[in-house]
Amino acid sequence: MEATRIALILDLKGLLCPIPVVKLAQAVKTVQVGDLIEATATDPGVLADIPAWCRSTGQELVSIGREGKVIRFAVRRVK
Amino acid sequence: MLRAAYANSREVRGMTALAAQAEVASRGEPVTGNRLSMVVFSGEMDRMMAAFVIATGAAASGMEVTMFFTFWGLQAVKKPVRTGSSAMGRMLGWFLKDAEGVGPSKLNFGGAGRLIFKQMMRKHNVASVPELRALAAELGVKMLACQMSMDVMEVRREDLVDSVQDVVGVAAFVEEAARSKVTLFI
Repeated sequence: MEATRIALILDLKGLLCPIPVVKLAQAVKTVQVGDLIEATATDPGVLADIPAWCRSTGQELVSIGREGKVIRFAVRRVK
Repeated sequence: MLRAAYANSREVRGMTALAAQAEVASRGEPVTGNRLSMVVFSGEMDRMMAAFVIATGAAASGMEVTMFFTFWGLQAVKKPVRTGSSAMGRMLGWFLKDAEGVGPSKLNFGGAGRLIFKQMMRKHNVASVPELRALAAELGVKMLACQMSMDVMEVRREDLVDSVQDVVGVAAFVEEAARSKVTLFI
């Protein structure tokens, strides 16, 4: 699973709750199991919301972190 | 005659609810599923926003979501049309808004608050109530309207937007709520 391809890059910058979570949920359905989705966002709410969404839906949070004003995260579809 | 019809329909609905429960029980599934049910009673923009944000967020998190719109909450699913059939009903219809026209619960300043909020929301790139409602429909949120409040307020089925799946009574909502992990009243 190390060489997972990045199937989708999502730009969620400037979007506020609940749109980042909704867009991620919609995006996950478009990629295959095992695929990775990388995203950038600016709403600090996603720092709590994306991990919570992954726990609720059972998808894997690969990474999440802040780089200045931009929050970058990666989620792998595991089911 | 009418009373008999009422009793009859109530009984039928009660039986349907029982049958549905028995069916769930017979399948051996837990009665409480990954569901969220909410009553949307309020008719203000901010409260409607809260309702739709929670509904869309829950649906995006994999929950089955039911929204039950009653009394002032009917405005969230009303088309921008004048309602009412009697004189009083038409008068009430003057004051009933739609998702686009409702104002905030505080600082509305006789309608100016609605425009201020709209501008602020646009500036911060927050989805409006109609946009959130469309998103909820897209995510499969089940929207139900309350028959009794529609009767009282003289709002017809055709006055409501197409995202409303059904017009139901309290028993239908209670059945949904009883099978939900989360229930809210907004």
